[in-house]
Formats: sequence, C-alpha cells, structure tokens
Amino acid sequence: MSLTRQEVEKIAHLARLSITAQEMPVYVASLSSIVDFVAELSKADTGTVAPMAHPLVGQRQRLRADAVTETDHHEKYQANAPSVQAGLYVVPRVIE
Amino acid sequence: MLHNLSIGELADLLAAKKISSVELTRHFLARIEAFNPELNALVTRTADLALDTAADADRRRAAGEAAPLLGIPLIHKDIFCTDGVRTSCGSRMLDNFIAPYDATVVERLKAVGAVMLGKANMDEFAMGSSNENSYYGPVKNPWDRSKVPGGSSGGSAAATAARLTPFATGTDTGGSIRQPAALTGITGIKPTYGRVSRYGMIAFASSLDQAGVLARSAADAAIVLQAMAGFDPKDSTSVDAPVPDYRAGLNLPLEGLKIGLLKEFFVGLEARNTALIEDALRVYRSLGAKTVDVSLPHLPLSVPTYYVVAPAECSSNLSRFDGVRFGYRCEQPKDLMDLYQRSRGEGFGAEVKRRIMTGTYVLSAGYFDAYYLKAQKVRQLITDEFRAAFGKVDLLLGPTTPTPAFGIGAKIDDPVTMYLNDIYTIGANLAGLPGLSMPCGFIDELPMGLQLIGPHFSEERILGAAHRFQQVTDWHRHCPRGYE
Repeated sequence: MSLTRQEVEKIAHLARLSITAQEMPVYVASLSSIVDFVAELSKADTGTVAPMAHPLVGQRQRLRADAVTETDHHEKYQANAPSVQAGLYVVPRVIE
Repeated sequence: MLHNLSIGELADLLAAKKISSVELTRHFLARIEAFNPELNALVTRTADLALDTAADADRRRAAGEAAPLLGIPLIHKDIFCTDGVRTSCGSRMLDNFIAPYDATVVERLKAVGAVMLGKANMDEFAMGSSNENSYYGPVKNPWDRSKVPGGSSGGSAAATAARLTPFATGTDTGGSIRQPAALTGITGIKPTYGRVSRYGMIAFASSLDQAGVLARSAADAAIVLQAMAGFDPKDSTSVDAPVPDYRAGLNLPLEGLKIGLLKEFFVGLEARNTALIEDALRVYRSLGAKTVDVSLPHLPLSVPTYYVVAPAECSSNLSRFDGVRFGYRCEQPKDLMDLYQRSRGEGFGAEVKRRIMTGTYVLSAGYFDAYYLKAQKVRQLITDEFRAAFGKVDLLLGPTTPTPAFGIGAKIDDPVTMYLNDIYTIGANLAGLPGLSMPCGFIDELPMGLQLIGPHFSEERILGAAHRFQQVTDWHRHCPRGYE
C-alpha cells in the first residue's frame, strides 16, 4: 500500500469527510492504487514546459465592470437551506 | 412511429400542422411511462410542466413563430439547474435541492421552445463511466438491460437510444457524452471548451467540463448545438466567438479531407474494434477523404493526467457542499466540524468521496509539485502534440471506447480499471478539443462508437464529416429491440 491508514485519515479530515472504520480499508486500498497509477506521470520528461493554465491559446480571464448586477433573492435561495432563522443560516454553536 | 423520426422530420410535421407539440409531448411522456421503470433513465418527470410548455409552443407556432426546436421534446441531464425543478446531480447531497434559477443551456433551449420532459439519471456529480454511481440506482442499457449504458450521461444516452426523447443534453469532462453515446448506439458531441456556457451546470472539474448533445444523428445534434452554443457573460471561460451555421455545414464536401489516424489509439486495440474502424475508413476514403498516420507520444499519459487534474478541481468545487446553505445535513450534529464531516460523509457516495480525497491528496503540502503541477505540465505537452497534429490533418479518427457495454457490477470494485474506459476520450478534454462519437457497427450485438476529434471550434467540420458518413451508412438507424 502506498498510503497508510493514518495518511488516509488525515486526507479525510482535510476534506471534511467522515469515513467509518468499516469503510476505511476500502479507501486505503483504492486510493493507494490510484496514487500508484498516477505516479506514472513522473516518467514524463516535462523539461521546461510551463504548467497549463488554459486549453485555448491566448484566452485571458475576463473581467466585468464593477457594477451591481445581482438583485436580492435571499428568500428564494434560503428555501434550500437545512436551517434558517430570521434570514440567517443556523449552525451548531461555535463560540461558547 | 413518431419516436423514430428525426428532429427535422418532427419539425416539418409541426410546421405542416400534422401534429401539435402537445400530441408529440404526450407520445413521449407515454413512452417514458412505459419504459422508464425498466431503464431507470429519468430521475424526475415533469409531465405537467411539459404539457404547459408544449401548449405554449403550439400557441407560438400559431402566432407565426418557426424555430427548428419549437415544440420538440427533450430531457436534461440532472446536472443542469432548472428553476423550480429538483436538480439532484445524481446525489443524496442534492436529493432535496430545488434549483432557484435556470442554467444558460436550459434557458436557451426554453427560449427556442423546446419542451423539457424530465431530468436524466447520471453518475453522482458526473463522476463515473457506467452510471452505477447514482444515488438513484444504475441506468440500464436498452440494448441489453444487464449491461451499463456508460456514464456519466448514462440516463441521457439510454433515454435517447430507447426513443424516450428525440434528444438529451449531457456534459463531458472525460468522455461523459461520447462514451455513453458509443455504448448505446447514438451520436454525441462534446464541443470545444468555452463553446457552450457552463453557467448553472453543477461544476465537477471546471477546466474540463463542457456541455453538449446526445441525439440520434449528427444532423439532429447540429440543430440542438446551434441553440446551445454561443457567448455567455455569466461564464467567465465562455468564448466570445461567432457560432457558424452548423446545419449549413452538414453538406461540406469531404474531397481532400485529411483524416489522421493516431498510432496510440490503435496499439493493443481489439481486432474486432480495429475492423470496425477500418470499415469506416473505407467509407471515408470512398467519399474522397485521405488518411494520414500521426502520433501523439504523450497521449498514453492522458488518463493519469486526468486523474490528478479532475479530482484536484473536484475537491475544490465540491467544498461548497457543507450542510449549511443547501443540500443534505446530517442529523443531530454535535458541533460545526461534526456537521461538515457527517453531512459530507453521508451526503456523498463512495466514488465522489474517493475523488475528493484523491484531489485533496494531490493538492496537499509536499505533493502539489509532484502530482498537480506535473500533471498540468504533461497536459500542456499533450495539448501541444494535438496542435502539431492538426497542422498536418483536419480531423483525427479512432475508437470511442475499448470495448462494448460491460455488465452492471463487472468493474465497480476496481476504480482504476473503470477509469481506463475513458482512455480514448480524455485527451480531447485535456486539450479542450471538440469530439463526437457515432455508431459504426456492433460487437457481440452491442453498438460500438467511432470518434472524430477536431481542432478548437471545428464543430461544423466534425458534424459535417459525421453527417456525410451517416448519409451512406445506416448504423445510426439501428434501434434496440423492444423500443422500435
């Protein structure tokens, strides 16, 4: 295995994913095989090639005018939220 | 029967007042009612909305409007946000999500009067090549219901192949339009990156994702792409370039067309698959095309490149699902960290979690240079090699998939084997190129696809080359048994 259980636990924590103890061996094995598979990239001689930023030559990130284009839709958007009170998203207490 | 007609033929019937859009819509809704239980191709049906839209299309036509898709039914992949209609992306995470706005693709097809019948099943968040990763269960291939339809646009492909709709929308990040099109015997096009707006299309890997069409012929796909393509200020990577008349381009002559045969596509290709490609090449030569051998030495690295870049982007894009603003929330979270971790752990399926973790790993401190940066360099090399090839040839031709549709469950336990299904399709995504798959024959009574890849913004040329092939062959007319 190229990844240990501890490493996968750390990755899961960084990704904010709860993984059950029962699922963990499956992820250790499959993530190890993926990491081994992509390690093939190290064989490529990339010399001085710059990492790709955009597939189309000459495309630049477009900027728009700094103007208000959005109107207030918070009630519509918050209709999808699991818990809302007085227009605010409710989460468990963060500060005691 | 109505469901075997092309979009052009249906439009002629509508224009001649031989049928109404309401009648046409009822016909397809009845087919969905009859066949969806055995195929699981749709996750949401919007029958009432469809009949209202159809009635409106009939009024518009009576008032003198005439657009090629006015009153023609379709199915949207459930990755496109549809205002007021559940948009699940095949995930438990969004099982209760009612989109508050329309994706640009949805808006444009609505504007020209197309009638949405429902939303198509898909691999969760478009991650998969078999449609087995859906929270709503696998889609069955209408050619053999023990086989997968491919993925991730598996529901769109199965529904179009089984004539439950004249066409469907799809998205293609590593082959998710072309591979299911091939495995279900239909025509699918992934346009150039930036050709069709990504606004309102739930993001998987933003530098690779592109919306496209699944239809039963190149001529039908041309009509649909015409309505979808074009600049959208709401998508920062949308390209502001004129859209050619794709229908006018269908009859471009093929005399002198140079078709490149990628050496890397044919190494190790199964003999029966090679034979189908050779048959197709004979057709193209008889139409006046010439073939040229070309090589892209780094192309074999496209799958590992993709499985670094795509998970990296997915781990970032899917961080928005936090159990706070929308989507699934776990029961009784004990604190905020528990809320995040369990909402995501319970809301996402196994493959999505695997890709988020792969992406988190390759972007983490100490590994970023070795994996992510290295992959983006190899991606540049592959893109440069494609560009050099298109200096010598007009189009590249090869297989879409290594094999026909495989059995449901056959590859589900081995992610790397599953990933290799996309070996011929991923290159076009890495380089942002347009690609099309169309039927070219059968292996073991299952359809196989032929792929055409062209330079950026060559959709017109690709659709034309596919249409000319379909004028002299009938592979695209074959219908799975029981769905005639």
